[in-house]
Amino acid sequence: MINLFNYIDRPSVIHKLTGATKLVCMLLWCLAAMTSFYTPLLIGLSVAGLLLFKLSKIKFSDIWFMLAATIAFMVLNNVMIYLFSPEHGTTIYGTRTILFKIAGPYTVTAEQLFYHLNVILKYAASIPVILLFICTTNPSEFAASLNRIGVSYRISYAVALALRYIPDIQREYRDISLAQQARGTEMSKKASLIDRLKAVSTILVPLVLSSVERIETISNAMELRGFGKGKKRSWYSARKFSGMDIVFIVISAVLMVISLLLTYRNGGRYFNPFI
Amino acid sequence: MENEVVISFEDFGFKYTAQAEPTLYHIDLKIHRGEKILIAGPSGCGKSTLAHCINGLVPNSYPGKATGKLTVGGKDALKLDLFGLSKMVGTVLQDSDGQFIGLTVAEDIAFALENDCIPTVEMHAAVERIAELVDIKRVLKHAPHEISGGQKQRVSLGGVMVNDLDVLLFDEPLANLDPATGKQAIVLIDEIQKRTGCAVIIIEHRVEDVLYRPVDRMVVMGDGRILYDGDPDSVLCGGLLQESGIREPLYVTALKYAGVELTPDMRPSYLPELKLDQAQKEKVKAWFETQPAPKKAAQTPVLLRVENLDFTYETGHHALHDISALIHKGEMLSIVGTNGAGKSTFSKVVCGFEKAQRGVLELDGTDLNTLSIKERADHIGYVMQNPNQMISKTQIFDEVALGLRNRGVSEEEIRSRVEETLKICGLYPFRNWPVSALSYGQKKRVTIASILVLRPEMILLDEPTAGQDLKHYTEIMDFLSELNRQGVTVVLITHDMHLMLEYTPRAIVFNAGTVIDDKPAAEVLNTPQIVEAAHLKETSLYHLSQACGIDSPEEFTRRFIARDREVRKA
Repeated sequence: MINLFNYIDRPSVIHKLTGATKLVCMLLWCLAAMTSFYTPLLIGLSVAGLLLFKLSKIKFSDIWFMLAATIAFMVLNNVMIYLFSPEHGTTIYGTRTILFKIAGPYTVTAEQLFYHLNVILKYAASIPVILLFICTTNPSEFAASLNRIGVSYRISYAVALALRYIPDIQREYRDISLAQQARGTEMSKKASLIDRLKAVSTILVPLVLSSVERIETISNAMELRGFGKGKKRSWYSARKFSGMDIVFIVISAVLMVISLLLTYRNGGRYFNPFI
Repeated sequence: MENEVVISFEDFGFKYTAQAEPTLYHIDLKIHRGEKILIAGPSGCGKSTLAHCINGLVPNSYPGKATGKLTVGGKDALKLDLFGLSKMVGTVLQDSDGQFIGLTVAEDIAFALENDCIPTVEMHAAVERIAELVDIKRVLKHAPHEISGGQKQRVSLGGVMVNDLDVLLFDEPLANLDPATGKQAIVLIDEIQKRTGCAVIIIEHRVEDVLYRPVDRMVVMGDGRILYDGDPDSVLCGGLLQESGIREPLYVTALKYAGVELTPDMRPSYLPELKLDQAQKEKVKAWFETQPAPKKAAQTPVLLRVENLDFTYETGHHALHDISALIHKGEMLSIVGTNGAGKSTFSKVVCGFEKAQRGVLELDGTDLNTLSIKERADHIGYVMQNPNQMISKTQIFDEVALGLRNRGVSEEEIRSRVEETLKICGLYPFRNWPVSALSYGQKKRVTIASILVLRPEMILLDEPTAGQDLKHYTEIMDFLSELNRQGVTVVLITHDMHLMLEYTPRAIVFNAGTVIDDKPAAEVLNTPQIVEAAHLKETSLYHLSQACGIDSPEEFTRRFIARDREVRKA
């Protein structure tokens, strides 16, 4: 089965950080990458992200699927930008350097290409840290860290449980789907899209019903053991902050501040090589 | 302090808001500190509701109207919230998978402590201590899918024991366990009770399995009322259990058939201490000799031939090693073994859900590997354990017709075939009902009907009677044997030793991905190495026959089963 949202346990500096630290760092880092269009900063963040990956000992082969999915999304994103706004770069950078013409309103300009480069860099700067957070944070610590940064523990726990049930539900979906196929429901590419959608609905009904059963059991079990009683709860998997945690948070905060300064300094938020 | 009452029902009644009739009537029951009580009753008798009243799920999660009085630990239980009650009453639910909340064993045990805001350091110490008590220390860091069913139950028990409890409540603790693990669970419950001194309430309809260790008191329920409340020996001497649709221990039934007059001082509730005098033993022996030997079924041609089958999952898990077996036309047989022994994988490979890397799979001379899942389903039908996982239409007729419609059969023929199948399955009167109006057993029949309508030569059922009481068990199994008589080959995957003995002449035993035995069911249970390796359990009939000096326990079992089926059919 494909590894989705899975914790990969390896001994590394990144793994040793507390979940809360990683969550805060990831949020700051992504915010820095999202707000800024300052190309040198984005390049810096991308390189730094790759270095962190190296530190975490997570291998490319562990996450290829998630990576491929995000790259596909990035390509789609770029194509859409170009289709709907082929002159976006020229309005931002104020010049228009035509490289060649395609057809109708579609002209390729150096400014537009540079703009796309920036969009790609934004992905490159933020995706590694997000994947890193997912792969190096123990799911139970994930709930604890959400709670630590102020999310209510009920919501935190619900999110963690939902993540945990993903593999179970995948397995159940597969079992139900096979039993339905045995009764002749065609799921392969031979059937038309409409027929396949109908087929999926015959699987979803039993899947939803059995999930409802599952939810009833788990919520009874949780209530019987005092979940939801107090305003606060403690966490078995909570860990103390170490010096390293503070170092990482400070570095991320500094990056965030730099990004903000670059955005609001005189001359606008774009790094402009065209003037 | 020994006699301090921890739970007291006084003229207690309860009606769910969603139901017209009350579920419990005039319950009077007192449970004392340190007592061990078995509450037995058929499905729908109100025993689960009674348990929910004790742990507070009623009325907190399932609202309704209560009458009379209920106190737990001296306090009015109806005024306490779930959390207050959870400090006194620890509940272990029947579904050991579903109630596993934490992501690891340690976190699951710590769950109640986390909710109590106990500091992390103290919590780690408490978890260590409890893990020691329920003997689960080696797997503290494991995730739920990495441990066995028996271990899961230990974790559930540990998870409630972190509170200093007065009462431990077990709601059908044996339902999801294989026979040997069930036995261990009963021993564990017994040990925990002795060590902690809290009152233990076990709700189960599998009376014989619970009585593997003595209980102090037995309560029998029926139709929302308490029918019996007293020592377990007296109730076994009478016929109340059978009349209420609960299976009494097999050795007790056998003694009754043999005409042995049971009295409470013979201690029928605890087999190791059962006292039989010489005359009584002779009586059993004489009965055995006069019982006609059941006929052995004639050999029929081979339907399914499996040879040197090998299967490895994508993950690298080598699930089936060199499996060979023959299934004959018109046979009814069991596949038994522990969880993870390869039974389910085997059925998936046979149905084509997974493809074997090596080996022969032939049905009536046709190589199954050349057929698609859908084509195989015309020959071999597969019925999943949970009917809710199979039913996808709201109307019974449509559900049964689904497979035919997918195969493009004409509406006219569909109507006649579906109606014919519904008649065979006893569902014809309900043909225009919505599925949601049916009971669990009826839904099971609908799923079987939806497979039968395709007229397969063989059907494969995964745990067809899991969680069913004697009445529903008999209903489902008699229905399957009737189908079998009409010529359908029936293969059952099961944990239930009695089912295997009673309905299937032959058993194939799986262990660690190999077939370790293939012979008559009664003989399987008489082979100690096999019983141990496959986590099975010898029946109490063996002990009884040995105690009476009968040298062929298999034959004794066989004759008993034949007689028992006649009696129950009458």
